[in-house]
Order: sequence, then structure tokens, then C-alpha cells
Amino acid sequence: MSTDRIEKRVVLRAPRSRVWRAISDAKEFGTWFRISLDGPFAAGKTVRGSHGSFKVDIQVERIEPERYFSYRWHPYPKDPAVDYSAEPMTLVEFTLEEAEGGTALTIVESGFDRVPLARRAEAFRMNTEGWGGQIKNLERYVS
Amino acid sequence: MSHSRSAALQANDAVPVFTALADATRLRLLGRLSVDGPLSIARLSEGTGVTRQAITRHLDALGRVGLVRDARRGRERVFSLDAKRLDMARQYLDRVAAQWDAAAARLKAFVEGED
Repeated sequence: MSTDRIEKRVVLRAPRSRVWRAISDAKEFGTWFRISLDGPFAAGKTVRGSHGSFKVDIQVERIEPERYFSYRWHPYPKDPAVDYSAEPMTLVEFTLEEAEGGTALTIVESGFDRVPLARRAEAFRMNTEGWGGQIKNLERYVS
Repeated sequence: MSHSRSAALQANDAVPVFTALADATRLRLLGRLSVDGPLSIARLSEGTGVTRQAITRHLDALGRVGLVRDARRGRERVFSLDAKRLDMARQYLDRVAAQWDAAAARLKAFVEGED
């Protein structure tokens, strides 16, 4: 099993143009992603997203209308107190295809193997059970 | 699969693991291995103020509960984090994947809810 990528595929009962708008229009993206974005998506442009104290920069890579949208960002956890700028980013790709009764959307996030393990371990901060508690202890000594 | 292994760890196997971890030197060793590993005993002893023999005993204790494993490199023993490292990475991906599941479900409701 790969530890580098996540892939999700979902069939949406909506036309491709509708799904494309929900993904490529920053305002619509923000609505379902639950983030507010400070500008429209454009290839090569960085858009800042925020949700309370949570902030994230979305570096738009490639836009192919009604087919493909990709960006890079720093994956979870996105701790507002931490400066991630020097760390590797992951690539998020949305691919749209025609499907029976609607639109098939594939979401791929890749590049996790380059993310420091200590950072990945931080994802367990919220988890106080089992391994989470141990890793939390471990983090205190790593940082 | 990593789920069932983790679940098992949380039950019966947890006690010896926690016992092995209840030591500041061992936690520091794991911390170093998670960031810089694999490392030799000599490297792991540097700056700890603890003898190599003591470090070796700590590493062996961690090895017995499956937290680290060692390999020979020439005359040295080199230690690295064991399967837990991979488990951690996989569990992390599970978490990120769950975030995407939730986001995809919201997107689905968003685009399908307008008809």
C-alpha cells in the first residue's frame, strides 16, 4: 500500500459544467470546502484560504476547463502556529469525466512521502487514545 | 489492515509498549530515530550524557516491543523505527483521506442539491 498518495473517486449527479464550476470557482470551492479564499483561481497564482485562525496557501498549478484542476499546498495538519513554508507541499488533482448519470470526479493528493514524519505524527494531536497518546509524548521530545 | 493491527496494539499489546516508553531517554531515542534515523549506537549516544552500553540496553528494550529494529552495518549496529513508522504514515493517510471523504460528500451535496 502506498503511503505517498490518496485517491478518491465519486460520481456526482450533476453535469460536468456544474461540477467544474464548483471546483474551479474559488467562491464555490470555498463554500463546500469550508474555507474563504482571497481571490480567484488562476494557473501559477497563489490564493490564500482561511477558516478562523486556520490559514492555507493554495498554489494553483494547472487548469484545463471542465477536465482538470490542480494545486499544491501544505497538507494536514495545518497548525496556524507553525511556519510550513520550507516544507515540501503535496499536489492535489481534481479530474472530471463523463459518467453514467452525471460526472465522475477523481481527487488525488500525492507527495506525502516527502512530508516529514514528525509533521505527519502531529495529525495525532487530536487523538488522545491509544497510539495517539504515545505519539503525542514522542512529539514533545522531537520538537 | 493497519487498523486491526493498531486495534490489537491498543488492547493487549499496549502495556509492554507503554512500559518500554516510560523513560525519557527512550522517548528521546525514538524522537531522534523518527527524524534522523536510521542511526548507529555511536550517533545515538552523542550528546546524551549516557553511556553507549546504557543506550544499547534502552534500544534493546525498544526492540523487544517492536518499536525499533537493528541491522548490522560493518561492525556497527544501526537502529531504525520499526513497522510503527509505516503504521503512523498509513494512519496519517487514513486521516487525510477521511478529510477528503467529508469534503467530497459536501461537494456532492453542493452540486446535487440545486436541481
